[in-house]
Amino acid sequence: MPDPRRIRILVAKPGLDGHDRGAKVVARGLRDAGMEVIYTGLRQTPAMIVNAALQEDVDCIGLSILSGAHNAIVPELMEEMRKQHMEGVLVVLGGIVPESDIAELKKAGVAAVFPPGSRMSEIADFIRAHVPERPALVS
Amino acid sequence: MASTTHPPKQAEFTTISGVPVERVYTRADLPEGFDFKREVGEPGEPPYVRGIHETGYRGRLWTMRQFSGFATPEETNERYRYLLAQGQTGLSVAFDLPTLMGYDSDHAMAAGEVGKCGVAIDSIEDMERLFQGIRLEDVTTSMTINSPAAPIWAMFLVAAERQGADWKRVSGTLQNDILKEYIAQKEYIFPPAPSMRLVVDTIEFGARETPKFNPVSISGYHIREAGSTALQELAFTLRDGLEYVDWTLRRGLAIDDFAPRLSFFFNAHSDFFEEIAKYRAARKLWYRELTEHYGAKNPRSAKLRFHTQTAGVSLTAQQPYNNLTRVALQALAAVLGGTQSLHTNSLDEALALPTEEAVTLALRTQQIIAYETGVANTVDPLGGSWFVEKGTLEMENGARDYFRRIDEMGGMVAAVEQGFPQREIADASYRYQQALENGEKFMVGVNRFVTEEQPVPTLYIDETARQSQSAKLQALRQRRSSDAVQRNLSELRKVAATPSGNTMPAMLDCVRASCTLGEICDTLREVFGSYTETAIT
Repeated sequence: MPDPRRIRILVAKPGLDGHDRGAKVVARGLRDAGMEVIYTGLRQTPAMIVNAALQEDVDCIGLSILSGAHNAIVPELMEEMRKQHMEGVLVVLGGIVPESDIAELKKAGVAAVFPPGSRMSEIADFIRAHVPERPALVS
Repeated sequence: MASTTHPPKQAEFTTISGVPVERVYTRADLPEGFDFKREVGEPGEPPYVRGIHETGYRGRLWTMRQFSGFATPEETNERYRYLLAQGQTGLSVAFDLPTLMGYDSDHAMAAGEVGKCGVAIDSIEDMERLFQGIRLEDVTTSMTINSPAAPIWAMFLVAAERQGADWKRVSGTLQNDILKEYIAQKEYIFPPAPSMRLVVDTIEFGARETPKFNPVSISGYHIREAGSTALQELAFTLRDGLEYVDWTLRRGLAIDDFAPRLSFFFNAHSDFFEEIAKYRAARKLWYRELTEHYGAKNPRSAKLRFHTQTAGVSLTAQQPYNNLTRVALQALAAVLGGTQSLHTNSLDEALALPTEEAVTLALRTQQIIAYETGVANTVDPLGGSWFVEKGTLEMENGARDYFRRIDEMGGMVAAVEQGFPQREIADASYRYQQALENGEKFMVGVNRFVTEEQPVPTLYIDETARQSQSAKLQALRQRRSSDAVQRNLSELRKVAATPSGNTMPAMLDCVRASCTLGEICDTLREVFGSYTETAIT
């Protein structure tokens, strides 16, 4: 059987916050876990993130938000994804998110929220288990 | 050690930064001929390793300054009055992200961010509301603002002026450390060179007009939070400080005109002795550089004064009450290291901005250290410990190595443009994460002694701050004279385009004419351009 295509993930830092330690550590960790990682850099709008995700044909978008702007950013991102028919792309979120917001974020379509202290292996395993099956590339 | 009933439980012991630690330290660990008087000295004497004041905290305790700001200026004003009533001795303003990025609260990029990580300040009127009922001549105020530091400071000075205060008597600190923004915190607006020019403008203006105000607080705090080691924090921060000195000298000021007002801001992380060594080495390095390299004659120029904040990044969302213990120990390290001012984090900060109860406990932690433990009764009680002196020496030597490498690159601005400090920090931060994952380093409640979670109460900030700020902006724009706004902004545009000019007077006039922060920063964006970094992972 040919090797399945490597999982491609876009690690994105939306909003105005510049604290990118978590995003960068996760990007490097997922790369070490065998995934192809594209990091957007700072201050991306939801439209910019969705556009990059389309261009890069990713399986998963990982958002890093510590500023409390998730309630504004996530619904807008989901709306942009719907417009682009990207329902099959997994969305996960890491950062500082109040417990009381998590249910609403999941209803909006976020598959998982990883709080501070999450292990890299836990994040990588979750993504592997939840990205939709894609046809293997045969070269 | 060949035979022992308790063999070492690990092959190697290291600090939290990964520096090897020996089983025991003796006088043999210090270099042969180590001249204690010359290399360490006494409190209040060069090279100030043991502190800049002969009497230490006997003469004056550190300033207890809790960083605080959320939602609207009105709500933050209430928190300030509460903290002052609880015995806090200085104010420290946390601004929200749109303010840090020079956007008004009704800008499209401000959606979801207004009042979340700090207070929203759009105009002089907000600044006046922030300090309503607090006399700026009577309290020292620190403001954590960097890229828009000059216009925010102008708002602060006009607010003081409207209270009838004398600028010569107003004291406080502007963070205004743009270099660490490119290195770590990443709230930059303009490219490095014009940003440096704005910093020099504030230093020059301050030297003339506000003798009690620190125009820059050179900040290692965020460098450490971005994942650096203690040594990297020390080295990059002091080298940033030297870069500001170089640029200000090029403007034509003499070293002793401004160096006494430069101050520093360090992190207090969890490795107790490593932190203490870092503060002691910082004082020595600054003294040596300022006197030997820059020829400072005024003793105040070479005395490094610093504020400390306990490490936000060390706090855990898991078992949050443990954070109270972490903070107490970190605060103790800062005090034993001789800090002039201290912020203790609140136990709930890995979850949200602090509740009133949590911030009160954090402040009480400082008060207990100050008034109950006795550690403030003597100066530098750890001086002369072989371990601490050796650690201090290692910090000094390691920082000098970094200075050399940065000098070879052409200075800090060039090093930042090449991504050097950014890469060093990203590597250190990833190494630490790996050490946590593979169990070489422990975090209680995260990878050791893990339990089921008990939720703690947290502060929740909703979207009403944005609505309130937007309404006030709309009313302000209708009320003010748009002629005066345009005239003052165009004057600012002209000065900004003249590299030898100082933008502060024009900035003050813009503020007096009720120009908003967004309008002032947009004007500067037109002249200076905006900065985008090459993302490094």
